[in-house]
Amino acid sequence: MATYQSKICVVVPAFNEGSVIKGVLTSLKDAHYSNIIVVDDGSEDETFKAASSAGVRVMRHSINRGLGGALGTGLKAATYTDCEVVVTFDADGQHAVDDIERVALPILNGKADVVIGSRLKNHKGMPWYRVMMNMTGNFVTYLLFGVWCSDTQSGLRAFSHDAATKIRIHTNRMEVSSEIIREIGRRELKMQEVPIKAIYTDYSLSKGQSLFTGIKTFFKLILHRLMH
Amino acid sequence: MTTIHIIIAIFVLFAMSRTYLRLKDGELNIFAFIFWMLNWVLVAIIGFWPGVTQRIADIIGIDRGIDTVVYFSILALFYLIYRLYVKIEHLEQDITKVVRDEALDKFNDKSNE
Repeated sequence: MATYQSKICVVVPAFNEGSVIKGVLTSLKDAHYSNIIVVDDGSEDETFKAASSAGVRVMRHSINRGLGGALGTGLKAATYTDCEVVVTFDADGQHAVDDIERVALPILNGKADVVIGSRLKNHKGMPWYRVMMNMTGNFVTYLLFGVWCSDTQSGLRAFSHDAATKIRIHTNRMEVSSEIIREIGRRELKMQEVPIKAIYTDYSLSKGQSLFTGIKTFFKLILHRLMH
Repeated sequence: MTTIHIIIAIFVLFAMSRTYLRLKDGELNIFAFIFWMLNWVLVAIIGFWPGVTQRIADIIGIDRGIDTVVYFSILALFYLIYRLYVKIEHLEQDITKVVRDEALDKFNDKSNE
């Protein structure tokens, strides 16, 4: 009998994560996920080598295009595989592998098209300024695109194969997280949120969005609202 | 003719000649050419007959003619910046598409091996 893991394709966008990515990929493989696609977004460090040595499929952007660029590439590649669910998973080690099952199950059971793993349903351990920034992100996304989600900036999401095919990603950088929420509304996809853990290490915190990136993302989102 | 008139005349003639050269090179289309030429003519009119701006100011209810020029210039500049932003954003998206297609081609080649 096919296990649920064999129905899932895990997409891992990565930019300069050479020091941690192998550990993340090993833990995914140890949990019996075999359909893993890493998108190395033009890293300048050992990311490509480290990911390749973990025995997973690695795609490479010849130049850095940002999170949106990498996610778009990964989602598209995943739709070429015969998976039922596509899960996006951050390369910095902030997600727990166990949570993949939680976000994938509602789709495997036919209850949702897209599931967002929300770190804010239970934000114990998240630094207060992160909570504030994420809340602002949610509010801005709601104002611009009319869809409420408790953690728009979450990196752990699951899409049905069909939803991954329908979603169109135009943005290149951090604004992609809000764009995905917009696409959920626009394509009338059924969305669910499930609480997930966030593992905050000094490393994953240093990789997160700064206030400056947040402000830049805000202006980009408004521009995109005007453009599309 | 005062010094400012001479400066404006030289600037406008220079700008017009550059605009014409860009049209000849094929870098500007005819509509962009007409837009920029009208723009330079407007600069010349305002430079030589500043009284025109006072008349416009009176019509739209602004005190001084020069203020009208400044307000409209700022509006025009903001609009140009917006257009540039949109253009850059489209370019960025095109670059991503090229990079993505290249990565996907390699991915499919490998999958078919």
